Amino acid sequence: MKEGRTHKRFQKFGMVIDLDKCTGCGSCMVACMAENNVPFRKDESNKLLSITWMRVYKLTNGMPFPETDVCYLPRPCMQCAGQHEGHSPCVSVCPAIATDYSMESGIVSQIYTRCFGCRYCMASCPYHARYFNWWDPIWPDGMEKYLSPNVSPRMRGVVEKCSFCFHRYQRAKDRAYMEGRRELQEDEYQTACTQACPAGAITFGDLNNPKHAVSEMVEPDPKHSGRPKNPNAFRLLERLGTNPKVYYLSSREWVRRAGDNYLKNEKKVKKPVHHG
Amino acid sequence: MDTLDDHAKDISEDAAAEAGPNSSLEMNLKEQDTGAGGPIILFFILGLFASLVVGWIVFPKLLYSKKKQPIEFNHVFHVEAVDNGCESCHFFREDGTFSGAPKLAQCIDCHEEIQGISPDEIKFVEEYVSKEREVPWLIYSRQPDCVFFSHAAHIQGARMDCVACHGHMGESESLKVYEENRITGYSRDIWGKSIGGFKKNTWDRMKMDDCAECHRENAANIERKNIQTPTQRLIGHMVNLVSPGTSTFDKGGSIQTERDPCFACHK
Repeated sequence: MKEGRTHKRFQKFGMVIDLDKCTGCGSCMVACMAENNVPFRKDESNKLLSITWMRVYKLTNGMPFPETDVCYLPRPCMQCAGQHEGHSPCVSVCPAIATDYSMESGIVSQIYTRCFGCRYCMASCPYHARYFNWWDPIWPDGMEKYLSPNVSPRMRGVVEKCSFCFHRYQRAKDRAYMEGRRELQEDEYQTACTQACPAGAITFGDLNNPKHAVSEMVEPDPKHSGRPKNPNAFRLLERLGTNPKVYYLSSREWVRRAGDNYLKNEKKVKKPVHHG
Repeated sequence: MDTLDDHAKDISEDAAAEAGPNSSLEMNLKEQDTGAGGPIILFFILGLFASLVVGWIVFPKLLYSKKKQPIEFNHVFHVEAVDNGCESCHFFREDGTFSGAPKLAQCIDCHEEIQGISPDEIKFVEEYVSKEREVPWLIYSRQPDCVFFSHAAHIQGARMDCVACHGHMGESESLKVYEENRITGYSRDIWGKSIGGFKKNTWDRMKMDDCAECHRENAANIERKNIQTPTQRLIGHMVNLVSPGTSTFDKGGSIQTERDPCFACHK
């Protein structure tokens, strides 16, 4: 373990979501809820109180009938790296060391037993990707037996969020250890939402590994301050400098613009932002 | 306000009146009690001793309930009888998960029928094997739900020995009493036999600190291997300022603790 770790190349797991393919069916949301033992309540009509690690938003271009257009946007945790690696908005504000950024995988973790529920991270997260447990989970009769043993259920009073199905990474690593390997294949570690998407809109992998599909899809262009070469690629609220690891692809200009907080009459991006 | 002030005045006057006789009594006591220091000190020592006994002996007895395993089990005898040592029953599955305590399916290979004359074996075959019921073993090393522990990473990856955490289980001729913490519901083996939290061997406790002890050493080893001079560190910082993310510092993977990331052991 010690020898292997010292000269290990760091991974940077990321996701590319093709919004042209997304139909807004919500399979990713369902798969995520089931995979991660996400609690739900009898009455989920108040969406401000429901917990959805993966959430599909509906965007509209606000145009009248002939030009009207709709786009669905799935939003997991962006696993922000921040301006320098590890300076994620939520990690830097946590007073309890309950949320952590791993340099080895680039994943922002949430340790539920460590969290004391101050919700500072929720305030700092510009993507609303973090959720607070206002109640203890109540599972319908018999459902406890269907919960995933790989993800610990949360209690009342703690914050939770998408972990890029990190337990799947752990399980894949276990198998790799058994086979005497250290490196994982691309298909060995995939998130539940990626596998559940019937349209194949979500691609997941290591952004630092040139063999993985994601690194090719959003390959950075050094001439353009690290922006992906793909002109359709964008990230949410890029100008905040959160440096997310979730990329979106869209061929539609209005969708790409909707991804950041542009003013209505704004013409051009004024300041380029660093991209990791 | 007036009434309140009046009330306060009354109270303070009363207090003064009460304090008068009391203070004179104290004076009297002081004069008389010059020889009473001994009994007071003795009383204090006895009280301290009694509370120590309560804290170190009575409280642990009350805290832990003693449970017997459903069936007696002799590890020494079984290790001799099987071919592959511990791994005959406590094995890894192909997907890297660890089987832990054996299920009936493994026991049934030998114990389809009664083999010997041990009353425990007869009970085992009659009550569990023939009825196809799993034995409700009490697991000494059961961890809370939030703990992720990979046997594969430690045994296959780091080549650690089972004994490092579990002690010499294979050399036990009978199963020890399972002591369950009445408050937390976990086995006493997690906190450790010593109520003060002292340990002599690596396997005496199974708390987070005990995991962290080793994982801290690991992170420290990494730093010692790639020693960076202050200048190199400064250059590293500069590179990071100019183009973030390109330079990685020599520490554990965690941004918060500079050790192993929290997700290594939590789920």
